[in-house]
Amino acid sequence: MAEHDITLTINGEEHELSVEPRTLLVHALRDELGYTGTNIGCESSLCGACTVHMDGDAVKSCTVLAVQADGSDIGTVEGLAEGGEFHPIQESFQEEHGLQCGYCTPGMMMTATAYLEEGGSTDRDDIRHALEGNLCRCTGYQNIVNAVESAASKMGGASGAD
Amino acid sequence: MSVKSVDPEEVDAAEILGSAIERREDPRLVTGEGVYTDDIQRPKMAHMALVRSQYAHAEVKDIDTSSAEEMDGVAGVYTFEDLVSEETPGEGEFMLPVGWLLPDLKQVAYPVLANEKVRYQGQPVAVVVAQERYQAHDAADAVDVDYERLDAVTDPAEAVSGGAPQLHDDAPNNVAFDFELGDADAVDDAFASADATASLSLTNQRLVPNAMEPRAAVADFKPGTGELELEMTTQNPHLHRLLLAGVLGFPEHKFHVVAPEVGGGFGSKIHIYPEEALACWTAMLHERPVKIQLTRTESFLTDAHGRGHETDVEVALTNEGDVLGMKVDTKAALGAYLSAFGPAVPTFLYATLLSGQYALPAIHCNVVGAFTNSTPVDAYRGAGRPEASFVVERIMDVAADTLGMDPADIRRRNFVPVDEFPYQTQVASVYDSGDYETAMDKALDMVGYESFRERQEAAREQGRYLGVGISCYIEACGIAPSELVGELGAQAGLWESGTVRFSPSGTVMAYCGTANHGQGHETTYAQILADELGVDYDTIEIVEGDTDEVQQGMGTYGSRSAAVGGSALVESARKVVEKSRKIAAHHLEADESDIEFDAGEFYVSGAPERSMTIQETAGAAYLAHDLPDGMEPGLEATSFYDPENFTFPFGTHVAVVEVDPDTGEVTFEDYVGVDDVGNQINPKIVEGQVQGGVAQGIGQALYEGAVYDENGNLVTGSMQDYAVPKAEHVPEMRLDETITECPHNPLGVKGVGEAGTIAAAQAVVNAVDDALSPLGVDRRDLDMPLTGETVWRAIQNAEGGA
Repeated sequence: MAEHDITLTINGEEHELSVEPRTLLVHALRDELGYTGTNIGCESSLCGACTVHMDGDAVKSCTVLAVQADGSDIGTVEGLAEGGEFHPIQESFQEEHGLQCGYCTPGMMMTATAYLEEGGSTDRDDIRHALEGNLCRCTGYQNIVNAVESAASKMGGASGAD
Repeated sequence: MSVKSVDPEEVDAAEILGSAIERREDPRLVTGEGVYTDDIQRPKMAHMALVRSQYAHAEVKDIDTSSAEEMDGVAGVYTFEDLVSEETPGEGEFMLPVGWLLPDLKQVAYPVLANEKVRYQGQPVAVVVAQERYQAHDAADAVDVDYERLDAVTDPAEAVSGGAPQLHDDAPNNVAFDFELGDADAVDDAFASADATASLSLTNQRLVPNAMEPRAAVADFKPGTGELELEMTTQNPHLHRLLLAGVLGFPEHKFHVVAPEVGGGFGSKIHIYPEEALACWTAMLHERPVKIQLTRTESFLTDAHGRGHETDVEVALTNEGDVLGMKVDTKAALGAYLSAFGPAVPTFLYATLLSGQYALPAIHCNVVGAFTNSTPVDAYRGAGRPEASFVVERIMDVAADTLGMDPADIRRRNFVPVDEFPYQTQVASVYDSGDYETAMDKALDMVGYESFRERQEAAREQGRYLGVGISCYIEACGIAPSELVGELGAQAGLWESGTVRFSPSGTVMAYCGTANHGQGHETTYAQILADELGVDYDTIEIVEGDTDEVQQGMGTYGSRSAAVGGSALVESARKVVEKSRKIAAHHLEADESDIEFDAGEFYVSGAPERSMTIQETAGAAYLAHDLPDGMEPGLEATSFYDPENFTFPFGTHVAVVEVDPDTGEVTFEDYVGVDDVGNQINPKIVEGQVQGGVAQGIGQALYEGAVYDENGNLVTGSMQDYAVPKAEHVPEMRLDETITECPHNPLGVKGVGEAGTIAAAQAVVNAVDDALSPLGVDRRDLDMPLTGETVWRAIQNAEGGA
C-alpha cells in the first residue's frame, strides 16, 4: 500500500514518518514512534482511552487517521509532566486515588486537561458530563471527579484557566 | 465522607498499616511509563489475528486458506490439523482444560481451534501470522470458511427443556451438570408448616466484563535454550503457565509467564483462552516473537461472560416474619464450552451463599448448568455471589411485601445473631464472624430511613415516585482451604505463596503469587511488611506477576489477595523475625527468650540499650562470620499459606431513587454503603474498590446486558450497544464501614474486591420496585437492566397498556 510522508510534532518534538493512508494516529504514535502511554480500549471512539491533544483539542486518536494529523501539534500523556514536575492533573489523580489499573488514565487526564484549560466549570455534574467520552471500569468515577476538581483549583491557582 | 489520602513520607512507621497512603504504583501509570502487553516491542516480532466464526452453531465443512497465504506479509495460516500435526511443535492435544469438576459433569472437548463444529459466535477457526498488525487482520478476513449452519439456542432454560438444538453429543439435552445443595425434605417440611409463602421468578442477565484493556499476549520462543516466554494479560501467571503447559504439551520449567501492567480484569483474565495458546504455538513454529492484541469486538465475543441465570425462588414464612425455608431453582448458562472455572461459579460460589445474612433453618437449591450457543460463562466480578445475594435480597423484599412488613424489619428478624458466630449455614458455608444489624442500622441511619417513608408518601401525593432499596449482602472471599476445595472439585489448591528476603544492606524484597491489575498490592503489601518487620516502607520492594521471579502462586481473584497473599507474606515475615531474633540473641549474648522485638529493633528484655536492628541482623546473616551454631547464612523465608476457611465480608447498601413514570427513567437521590471487610490495610484503596464495585453493580441494575438473537448473534457486541456506565450514570456514593475482624488469618482482613458489585444491583432494583409499589407492577417486568424502556413498559403493563 502506498505510504505518505507526514510530520507530527509530539510534545514539542518534530517527527517525520511514512504511514499507510489507513494508519490510525494512535498506531502511528504507539507502534511507529513509541509513544505507548496512549492506550487503545475500543478502536471505535467510544471509550476514550486513546484521547490525545491535537492542536490543543482533545481527540480520540483511534478515529483520526495519521495523515489527517499531518502538520499538527500532538500532546500525549508523556508530555504532561515538565522538568520532572507532575502536571497538577497527574498529582491530583494520585492524591485522590483517581486510578486503579491505570489503563484509561492517560486518556482521562488528556480529556480533563483540555476541559480545564478551556475554562470548564468545576461543578461536579459538569465534570461528569465533560468526561462522558471516557470510560473507566475500575474506579466508579467518584475519585476521578475529585481529582479533576482538585486539579482545577491547583491550575486556577498556578496559571489560571486559559 | 471521602477518605483523605496521605503521603507515605508523613506517616509514622508504627501507623503505616491502616493508613490511606497514596499508591506507589501511580507515578508510572500517570506518566505513561507503565508497560502494558501491547506496549511491548520485540525485534522480528510478528502479529497474529484470528479467523472467527460468524455463526453461533455450524459445521465447518472446509477452510480455504490459499488466498490469505498469498497476501503481503503473511507468514502462515493454520487450522486445528496443523496444531496437532506431528510436524509442528507441541506435544499437547490443544484442548482447553476445565479447572473445577462436579459429579457427573459432562466434560466436553474445547479445541483451541474449532475442528469440526463451531458452537459460539467468535469461536476461533484459524490463525494467521503476518509481519504487520494490519496485514494479519486483512489476511484473516481473506480466509474462506465453508459452514453449514445449524439451529442455535442461547437461553439456558430453553436449552435444557427438551427439543432444543443439541450442542454436544456427550451432553444429552444440553445438561452439563445437575447440582443440588441443601436439604429438600427439611424445606418441604418448612413449607408444610408455613403461614404464608412468597415467590419470585427472575433473570440475572448475562454481562460482559469489559476490562478497559482487551486481552493481549506476546510470546517468544528461544530455540537456543528451548525457553518459551509469554507476556500476557493475566490475573494468575503461574496458573496460566501450568494450564498452558498442559494444552501445548510444553515443559513447565522452560516456560516463563509474565504479567506486565494489566489493565483491569474483573475475572476475565483468570481464564484460559485459545488466543494465548496460539501465540505460544505460532512463536514456537516461527521461532520469532508473536503478538496478539484483541480488539474490543473480539473481547465482547470471547472474554468469558458473567451471570446468565434464570431463577425461581420461594420462601416459607410465618405471619410474624420468620423465614422457615427457602427453595431455589436455577438454570445457569455455561456457554458453548466449559470455561476454566465455569462449573464452580453457579454451584459452589452461588448455592453456598443462599443463606445470605440470615439464619435460615432450611434451604434447598438445584442448579442445572446448560450448554448454550454463546460465549463461555465464567467468573466475572463477584462470580456467583452477586447472583446469590440478588436472589436472597429480592425475595426478602417480596416476603416483606407479602406479610405487610417493613423490609428492614424482616431482615432484622432473620439476621444471624451476633453471638452465633462461627455460624453454620444450611448450605455448607460456615460464616467466620459478623455483626449484620449494626451495619444495616448505620446504613439506614445514613439515608434517614425513619423519615423516608413520610417523604415518600408526600411525594406520591404529588405524583412523584421515590423508592428505597436495602441490600444486606454477604460475600465469601479467599476460597480455601485447599483440601476442602479439592473435595468440592477444584483441580487446584487455593493457598498463596509469599517470600520475604532481606538484602545484606538491610532492604527488603518480597515476592507474592498474587497478581496486581489495579488493586495496589505493591502499596498494601509494603504497608503490611513495614508493620511486621518494623522497617521503612520505602525500603521494601514488592514483586508479583512473573513466574521466574516469584516461587509459586495462585493469582488474584475472588477478593483473595489481602486475606491469602497478605497472610502468606505475614507468615514469611514472622519466620524472618524469628531467625533474626536468634541472630540478635547470639550477638547480644542473651537467651533468645529474653529478646524482645519492637519497631524493627531487637533488645534484651530489661536492658533496652543492648539492641540490634533487624537490618543489622540481615547484615550479620549474609556476612556469616559469626552466626549461632548450625545456622545457615542468609535471611529470607517462604510460606505457602492455606487458610482454614473462607472469609465472609458483609454490609448493607441502600439506594434511594426516583422513577419518572412518564419516561421510566431512574435517578438516584442517594446511595450509601456500609461495608465490613474486616481490618483495612489502606482505607483509600478499600474505598476505591467499593466505589468501583458499586459502579459495576449499578451497571448491571440499570444499563448492562449481553443480548443474543435467536440465531446466537451477539447483538450487544460493542460499546455502542452495550452500556458500560459513564461518569454521569454513577451516583455520588456515601460510604462508611464497620470492622469485624476475620478471626482466622493473621491480618484480620476479609477482602473487598467484589463487595460493591455483590451489594449494589439488588439495592437499586429493590428501590425501583419500592418506588413503583403503588402502581401494581408485575415483578417479572422488572428484570435487569432497568432501562427507561423496561421500567416504562412495566408501568404500561400495570396500567393495562394505557
